[in-house]
Amino acid sequence: MQVPRYWREIPKRYRLEAAQCKKCLNISFPEKFSCPECGSRDFKTIKLSGKGKISTHTIIRIAPEGFNDQVPYGMGIIEMDEGPRIMAQITDCDPEKLKTGDRMIYQFRRIREDGSTGVIMYAYKFVPDVGI
Amino acid sequence: MTGIVGYGTKIPRYRIKVEEIAKVWGADAPTYKRGLNLNEKSVPAPDEDCATLSVNAALNALKRAEIDPADIGAVYVGSESHPYAVKPTGTIVSEAIGACPYVHTADLEFACKAGTEGMFIALNLVKSGAVPYALAIGADTSQGAPGDALEYSAAAGAAAFIMGKDNLIAELKDTHCFMTDTPDFWRREYKHYPEHGGRFTGAPAYFKHVTGAVDAILGKTNMKPDDFKYVIFHQPNGKFPVLVAKKLGFTEQQYLPGLLSPTLGNTYSGSSPMGFAATLDIAKPGDLILLISYGSGAGSDAFIFETTEKIDEVRNRAPKLRTQLDEHKIYIEYGTYAKFRKKILLPN
Repeated sequence: MQVPRYWREIPKRYRLEAAQCKKCLNISFPEKFSCPECGSRDFKTIKLSGKGKISTHTIIRIAPEGFNDQVPYGMGIIEMDEGPRIMAQITDCDPEKLKTGDRMIYQFRRIREDGSTGVIMYAYKFVPDVGI
Repeated sequence: MTGIVGYGTKIPRYRIKVEEIAKVWGADAPTYKRGLNLNEKSVPAPDEDCATLSVNAALNALKRAEIDPADIGAVYVGSESHPYAVKPTGTIVSEAIGACPYVHTADLEFACKAGTEGMFIALNLVKSGAVPYALAIGADTSQGAPGDALEYSAAAGAAAFIMGKDNLIAELKDTHCFMTDTPDFWRREYKHYPEHGGRFTGAPAYFKHVTGAVDAILGKTNMKPDDFKYVIFHQPNGKFPVLVAKKLGFTEQQYLPGLLSPTLGNTYSGSSPMGFAATLDIAKPGDLILLISYGSGAGSDAFIFETTEKIDEVRNRAPKLRTQLDEHKIYIEYGTYAKFRKKILLPN
């Protein structure tokens, strides 16, 4: 990923900033040009709570470059308590034990690095919400 | 009044036992366990580093402080494992917690006392009125060379403290520093692992500076060890803090709540701040707490805090340190540890 694109996406990748339609209150993550529910282009920025549950998931055993040291790991669609669904890596757990409906919580994690000399990219991941 | 309005910690879930490390290097595990009072240590996951631990600890501090992160005017991250040689960890933390753009930030480095350096600066900035709130973090994913004695203790963790003037959970009563130029531990530019002076890290380094700082602050405030409910020392292992506590006249009841190294290891810049956080987790209003860091090179910062009624109200808003330390641990063997810590030479 190019540095400018990574930089542009920092608000949502770091802080889970979403867009709430001022007309119908629908929440979009990431933000949309126009509301998928009512077509309005009038949004306010809100921060998602970082809490949700697994909607569906899979286990990655053959990872893309940069993730080989983490296999096997979970990838899932997390349904946030506010409604939006986010595809994210699920870390800090035995992926074999994950199941639909498990409560998840946001963690700020290292995603990948651009070689040994390039920029280090950070963003959200999710971990089982076990109270730690 | 100046003091702490919120605190939070982060400990990785992974652990490796002393026996597992000793087995690989042909060392005698009971000797390390007995001699250094170490049983296991935390290990960062491959996707954790100083920045991620700092952010996750700071977010827990914000849960307790319940302030608008945009009101934080200064962010200081003390560590000797900043992810970049040139590019601040503090900007990553400030952006992730929502403190940007009106915030002053700096990365600090002073071996294991970089965390309390940040606390010292943050407290005094708030005290001066320069900023309404200041965030100080001690965090490390500590390095220890394979097979070296440090490998048994070098661990990972972070503690974050938000300083302010109102709604304090612990009021700062006094501070004192004790510092000399003492080369007991260092890491040269471009080197991956630190080196140390073996036994020289003891009497002329750790013990001289810690006792120097304690004697100085007790003299300055005209206080004595039994005036304090709790005391927290820097914890390079499980042995040094116990020895220095006894030498200075502190009891087990005072130092055990903040003694984490036997099952956490040495989290370097996070070490004494995390012990302090564990103590805040159990402190009652009105308790006097003495915190003494130590950083090789060498120096100690001493702080006296008194907890307020507010402590009971905020402590359950975020995970407690002992919960993070003792529950949901994932034990790994040396091979996984070597992979996680990038000690295995890969083709590219």
